Amino acid sequence: MSRLLEVKDLHASYGATRVLHGIDLSMREGSVTALLGANGAGKTTTLRALCQMMVSTRGAIQLDGKRTDGRATEDIVRLGVAHVPDGRGTFHGLSTEDNLRLGAYLRKDKAAVAEDFERIYAYFPRLKERRRQQAGTLSGGEQQMLAIGRALMSRPRLLLLDEPSFGLAPLIVRDIFDIMRRINEEEKVSILLVEQNASLALDIADAVYLLETGRIVLSGTPQDVRDNDAVRRVYLGE
Amino acid sequence: MEAFLHQFLSGLATGGIYASMALALVMIYQSTHHVNFAQGEMAMFSTYIAWLLIQAGVPYWLAFGATVILSFAMGALVELAVIRPVRNAPVLSVVVVFIGLMVIFHSLAGWLFGFTIKQFPSPFPSNAWYGSTFMSPHEVGAIAVTLAVMAALFLFFRFTPLGLAMRAAAQNPVSSRLVGVNVGRMLMLGWGLAGAVGAIGGMMVAPVVFLDPHMMGGVLIYAFAGALIGGIDNPAGAVLGGFIVGVLENLIGSYVVGTELKLSVALVLIVVVLIVRPSGLMGKTIVTKV
Amino acid sequence: MPPAPQLLPDDTPTMSSVNPLAPATSPVVPAASRVWHPALWLALPLLAALAFPFVAKGYLIFQATMVLSYAVALLGLNILTGYNGQISLGHGAFYAIGAYAAAILIDQASMPYWATIPVAGLFCLVAGYLFGLPALKLEGLYLALATFALAVATPQLLKYKHLEAWTGGVQGIVLMKPDAPFGLPLSQDQWLYLFSLAVTVVMFLLARNLLQSGVGRAITAIRDNPLAAETMGVNNRHYKASVFGVSAMYTGVGGALSAIAVQFVAPDSFTMFLSISLLVGIVVGGVGTISGAFYGALFIMFVPSAAEKVSKAAPWAVYGLVLILFVFVLPGGVAGLINRFRQRRHA
Repeated sequence: MSRLLEVKDLHASYGATRVLHGIDLSMREGSVTALLGANGAGKTTTLRALCQMMVSTRGAIQLDGKRTDGRATEDIVRLGVAHVPDGRGTFHGLSTEDNLRLGAYLRKDKAAVAEDFERIYAYFPRLKERRRQQAGTLSGGEQQMLAIGRALMSRPRLLLLDEPSFGLAPLIVRDIFDIMRRINEEEKVSILLVEQNASLALDIADAVYLLETGRIVLSGTPQDVRDNDAVRRVYLGE
Repeated sequence: MEAFLHQFLSGLATGGIYASMALALVMIYQSTHHVNFAQGEMAMFSTYIAWLLIQAGVPYWLAFGATVILSFAMGALVELAVIRPVRNAPVLSVVVVFIGLMVIFHSLAGWLFGFTIKQFPSPFPSNAWYGSTFMSPHEVGAIAVTLAVMAALFLFFRFTPLGLAMRAAAQNPVSSRLVGVNVGRMLMLGWGLAGAVGAIGGMMVAPVVFLDPHMMGGVLIYAFAGALIGGIDNPAGAVLGGFIVGVLENLIGSYVVGTELKLSVALVLIVVVLIVRPSGLMGKTIVTKV
Repeated sequence: MPPAPQLLPDDTPTMSSVNPLAPATSPVVPAASRVWHPALWLALPLLAALAFPFVAKGYLIFQATMVLSYAVALLGLNILTGYNGQISLGHGAFYAIGAYAAAILIDQASMPYWATIPVAGLFCLVAGYLFGLPALKLEGLYLALATFALAVATPQLLKYKHLEAWTGGVQGIVLMKPDAPFGLPLSQDQWLYLFSLAVTVVMFLLARNLLQSGVGRAITAIRDNPLAAETMGVNNRHYKASVFGVSAMYTGVGGALSAIAVQFVAPDSFTMFLSISLLVGIVVGGVGTISGAFYGALFIMFVPSAAEKVSKAAPWAVYGLVLILFVFVLPGGVAGLINRFRQRRHA
């Protein structure tokens, strides 16, 4: 199994504030990896560091064997990474359709892009209904769908998801996680999932990392996490 | 009644110039949230370049095209070299840099081309069929050119991938990077377009007011007023605002305060709009979250 | 990411560290090694300034008087823009109002010249406050825009034919230079210089006291974090409008002094170039400093006229280059440079 993502001794800071203190992380191609941790543990920072977005980093990040630390965000994206940030990052002033179109900005295969539009609309019928509507007027759940849809429009190899369940009704969350499973199984998209809702993440993941104040304290399979009493109590509330 | 109509139409003609400049201002504002105080002087400098080419014997429309391209390049270069380094600086630093730019372009024109007034040709012959007692051929032509530029920009921004990318970069640079847009390049493009639009505005106004380094000083103020009235983040609004200011300037100047106080009219307009309705007629109301 | 160049440093120093008029206390330095007593920083320049008119020739004395008038004007702009963060590109208008007020009072009301200074100042205080009220709604960029428009419109307003009876229209108003009082053996230039010096010293002392007081802290708090200031009980509206008034008053007093010195006011003396000169003055001198007003005044007095000998376009070119250069290279202005130098010597 080839290593899609390899992170070694990653430190990340916002200005003078250090958030990540040397984390190691790796992902196989085709995996769904969950990154768990409490508020402020550094989960979002990790995803941002992978995209070199708003943080300064030290340490090695390798995507498919190529070093990506120190490169511009737009160049990393070009390598097949799609990031659905916390806060969704939709373009509020543009239409739903335009948002999706931007997801395909780097692609040149027009016919395939048109197909992908239909695919995304099939996953998220509500987006098709509202495709000419301004994205800022969509509900929270719809914006989340739009953000994921936009990420998928780039046909990424690695999808980074930052708290997709945040602020959403349980039914919508279930739908979104179903779609994520489908994407992973059918289209072989690797997913690095940051979630506060640990049980949701454990259901879908095949590898887990636990982050605590900027350090990895546990890594393994979901079962490893469930078997660990202390972790279970703190993060799963049992 | 005839006089009124004449003033109204004349106002529309100058309004077209203000609309072009206002559009250039809004384009830069949209992508950077900065007001380009140097827009007028850059446009004036571009017009001098056109003048130089025409003096050298280059046919008008060729010179026009070359100037537009050169102005595009000039705008993009200014963004890269001067504006990009201060993009995160506090407002005062940015304003000072813009004023510095304005002053440099002004003095550069004066130094290179002198301060004597020069004539600038109009491509619209004075006996053309589309002239009338109400509007000279140049006035008609200037409005047509302005509208053509508007239309071209509208189509560009609305229907091309690059236009979409530029709009995205202006609205949300972080997310734009996440879809692979090179925000820096979009900024350069925006400035280049603004430079080109400004150049066109300059070349349309020069035949009327004659070319000298002070040509655009007042025009800039009117363009500001137009952009504010229309909505400083709305291109269509800027165009509308420009025409409104042109007409108001002429009407108020002719019928109310006399032509000597026209600039003060613009000043009052600016202040009133900023106080009463800062988002302008068509802009989005910006609510600052506390 | 490289740090963004800014005119006001992140750790914007408090008054005492940038203002050489205040005693420079440095607890690290043992008293014995300090050759220069802090009060010398103030006394020496003052003595030099007093001695100056007796060693210099007439025209140079006049230029020095103009430097003083610019210094007071720049102090006004600095109070508004440097200390309170409201950007004005149109302060030339207040300079003009002060100058014209003095001129009209002398010419039409036969007021003695020395009385016109406080009256012009008061007039500008009110005018500034009234302008500051609507300006309350304008933030940073928009205020810059509005004041820019004001600067461009000022000459036109001054030439307005319905005000001609007072302003003298395009020709302006001509004044007479006053003689030294009480038969003192001073030339007109010398007396005028000393008079302006006295006014300048008073204005600077008042400013220093204001800016070092609680009021001064409130003023800078508004600049640094208006929301926080508001929540701490600072009435932003009142302060900002008042600061506008005080700033206009200072610049107006500068204008009044210049009118008396030049003996002449006309609309074309108060163009956009003047407003930009004032901006250049505070940038070169040091935004948010008191001493910067002097350095800036020296700059705008002497550099443009020297540049003009090279070419007509040169003064503007120098201004433009200086503005951009200072933002990138010397954001603290000359005052900031001097301060760094002093701190290094004391360290």
